[in-house]
Amino acid sequence: MPASPVEGNSLLAVDVGAVTTRAALFDVVEGQYRFIAAGRSPTTAEAPLRDIGIGIQEAIRDLQKITGHTFLDPDGRPIVPSQADGSGVDVLVATLSVGPAVRAIAIGLLSEVSASSARRLAETAGARIVETISLNDARRPEERMDAILRARPQLVLIAGGSDQGATRALERLTEIVGLASYLIPEEERPAVLFAGNRSLGKEVKATLQPLASHFTVCPNVRPVADTEDLIPAARELARLVPRIRGKQFKGITELEAWAGGHLMTSAYARGRIIRFLSKIYAGSGKGVLGVDVGASATTIAAAFDGDLALSAYPQFGIGDGLPGLLRHTDVESIRRWLPMELPASAVRDLLYQKSLYPGTLPATKEDLALEQAIAREVLSLALRRARPHFPRSLPRRKGQFLPPFEPILVGGSVIAHAPTFGQRLLMALDSLQPMGVTTLILDQNALLPMLGAAAEVTSILPVHVLESGAFVNMATVVSLTGPAVHGATVLTARLVRDDGSESRADVKSGSLEVLPLPSGQTARLHLRPRRRTDVGAGPGRGLTVQVVGGVLGVVIDARGRPLTLPGDPVRRRELMKKWLWTLGG
Amino acid sequence: MYAPVTHILALTAIVRERTLPVPGQVVVRQGQQVRAADVIAEAKLPGRHVLLDVARTLGVSPAAADRLIRCQVNEIVKAGTVVAQGGNGLFPRSVRVPREGRVVAVGGGQVLLEIGERSLELRAGIPGTVMEVIPERGAVIQTAGALIQGVWGNGRVDTGLMLSLVEGQDAVLDASQMDVSLRGSILLGGHCQDAGVLEAAAELPVRGLILASIVPTLLPVARQMPYPIIVLDGFGRLPMNAAAYKLLTTNSKREVTLNAESYNRYTGQRPEIVIPLPISQEPLEPRDVETFAPDQRVRLRRAPHAGAIATLIDISPRPVTLPNGLRALAGKVRLENGEQILVPLVNLEVVG
Repeated sequence: MPASPVEGNSLLAVDVGAVTTRAALFDVVEGQYRFIAAGRSPTTAEAPLRDIGIGIQEAIRDLQKITGHTFLDPDGRPIVPSQADGSGVDVLVATLSVGPAVRAIAIGLLSEVSASSARRLAETAGARIVETISLNDARRPEERMDAILRARPQLVLIAGGSDQGATRALERLTEIVGLASYLIPEEERPAVLFAGNRSLGKEVKATLQPLASHFTVCPNVRPVADTEDLIPAARELARLVPRIRGKQFKGITELEAWAGGHLMTSAYARGRIIRFLSKIYAGSGKGVLGVDVGASATTIAAAFDGDLALSAYPQFGIGDGLPGLLRHTDVESIRRWLPMELPASAVRDLLYQKSLYPGTLPATKEDLALEQAIAREVLSLALRRARPHFPRSLPRRKGQFLPPFEPILVGGSVIAHAPTFGQRLLMALDSLQPMGVTTLILDQNALLPMLGAAAEVTSILPVHVLESGAFVNMATVVSLTGPAVHGATVLTARLVRDDGSESRADVKSGSLEVLPLPSGQTARLHLRPRRRTDVGAGPGRGLTVQVVGGVLGVVIDARGRPLTLPGDPVRRRELMKKWLWTLGG
Repeated sequence: MYAPVTHILALTAIVRERTLPVPGQVVVRQGQQVRAADVIAEAKLPGRHVLLDVARTLGVSPAAADRLIRCQVNEIVKAGTVVAQGGNGLFPRSVRVPREGRVVAVGGGQVLLEIGERSLELRAGIPGTVMEVIPERGAVIQTAGALIQGVWGNGRVDTGLMLSLVEGQDAVLDASQMDVSLRGSILLGGHCQDAGVLEAAAELPVRGLILASIVPTLLPVARQMPYPIIVLDGFGRLPMNAAAYKLLTTNSKREVTLNAESYNRYTGQRPEIVIPLPISQEPLEPRDVETFAPDQRVRLRRAPHAGAIATLIDISPRPVTLPNGLRALAGKVRLENGEQILVPLVNLEVVG
């Protein structure tokens, strides 16, 4: 690999996931930042190692093998900045999602207002709310205090009071937190993040900082009563969570030092990039959606014109929390996605068995189908949960249809490393059910959170990498809605490529259709819907759009929205096999 | 690549650190012999609290209330005790303790009382010798014998004579096997798919139950059972792995201890079966950290052949394509029947 033509540009990004630790190298090639390579290793947070630094070193050693370059010194520490002999990198940034969900308490004046905002704030970091305390709950102060003690929180999020509003009520609540913390052994005291009435910041700090493991004041999540702005507090929380983790695992403090303080949660870093993209695409009338199905959580980031809604749901992770999934859905809702007959017990057994060994892979066709069915279900559930919190400015569609997004970025190993692009795209389409015309992009190298962390030190690197081939355009998808008899022709599509060649399709209701268009090539797509079919321009209205080809070209999804699977299992399985076959298997 | 390890060992040193989650009192001494169910440390956990708002009750400022408060932190106060008296009215008002408790905080015009402690007892978990006392927290206990680690436990501990009910690794435990002659023993069973088995065992009663596998729908019932239950191989219809089967059946009618702690991947806590054995020489402790290498004894964690014991023959230098199309780093293993298959490395654990 040639030395960087410009000094101070190579960047190593480390992401410590629940199962896998990745180390990715970015460098300048021909004047542009490029993703060069990534190394990976199992995460080493678990016993007996309990030191994430070991996994990080292994991932970097893997990267060294791939690139032929040296990034670690003889003591196993990253070499930062790069040296005259070409070893090392100029910058190191890091993200993490490792560890069980942080146990958090949400405190606010009113349960449905500020306490609700505190709960939403917790969701930006994938924390799990174990107790909510507000003035309008019926408990006496000592009962609230006992509830805090029983919950054994690692994190307390305090919201409440608009910036010029009431102070006394919030003071009473913070006193309860202080009393509870006073009674907790010092080494077990929670971190406290105050995101309430700005005028109380100093006073709350004076009261709680001596009684907290870490204390942070950040901008009010409700600066005025009817406005919620979580992002400034989410940014602080993204930095606080790694410090909480520092008490659980070795290696976190070292990682933060190696990264020069640029260590944050993977969810927040991912959200940053989605927000950044939404500003680039501002004016399109569509938002940008990023989803990730991970072992520790499923993350949904939706942004419109710079306004971001970020949610990381540990209850929808596909790792050791899997048995809990049955509190939110049932076995039949997972089974409906299976392309083969498997008993309900097989679903239940896998949920529990996989929770014992989250890092294992499905080695049989049946297990693979089961894991992909589970992925569809968790992504659907997470999306449904996140939707009410999507940016208010995001244009909405009537009914329960997904708002318009372009593009949609999809990540997570279960999707990104599925054996075929057909399987990957189908998982995304079945769970997200987009509408109109949209592009589905696959983050196959798990780069999004790394780019989000890199954006802290260089705003140009994410731009270059996003424009490069590091992300895969799976397909431009046209999703149809509207009443139709199954099997009736609902659309005529004509694709005219730049070389003049054409493809046509008369698309039938209930089907998937593929129009070939190689990756990166552009074409004009003419859509002529029949009757009340809507391609995104309104019922019965035609549309002509410029499209870019993906791995699977242009895909027309006429299966209907919402996607309704046949009740008869034999017919359902046949249909699912047919859809997959249409997408190349 | 680092390999996860499960211990299934015929003879090993077993050293376990047992500690309270909060400071307490250690009730054993170094060198003391303990049984698995013996309490080695105790702590008091707070029950609930009562907050006496002295300032509000007396109608004075918090600072004035603080001057009127008569009790001190850590003082035990009986019900009815007057902790503050005063006020601005014609007749002085009193603030009385509603129930006996301990004063834990005084200030801001308030008194915080702790009412009704709870006791937390820490048991040894394994029979052995106390090698080290950890002040205020617990002890390090050591023994020697066979060690078999499981994957799920219901949190209880007990010791008893182990009786085997299995005839084959894929045996299914049936309630009709619960005979009165089994009373007071620890049963070695196979797969459990019937709540009636667990209930029948509780009625005998037994001192513990070792299962190869269990259907997940029975877990709530298993958690309620008064005896320890350890599941060795997992959930669904899985046979007992050959290593555990051989070790446990050959040790039938020996005294075994079941410490059915829950599995915590971050602390390393696992449900364990300990069979103390006489030794002429102190055995070594097993290795907890391994890297994959040829000739290792491994267990397959996922289908196909989930739970099977095999020998790792070699490790592919590059990812291979599995029959389902996934690509992964894999190891070639030889099963006990001689068959050789490719298994993703992440689906293997070292048994040793």
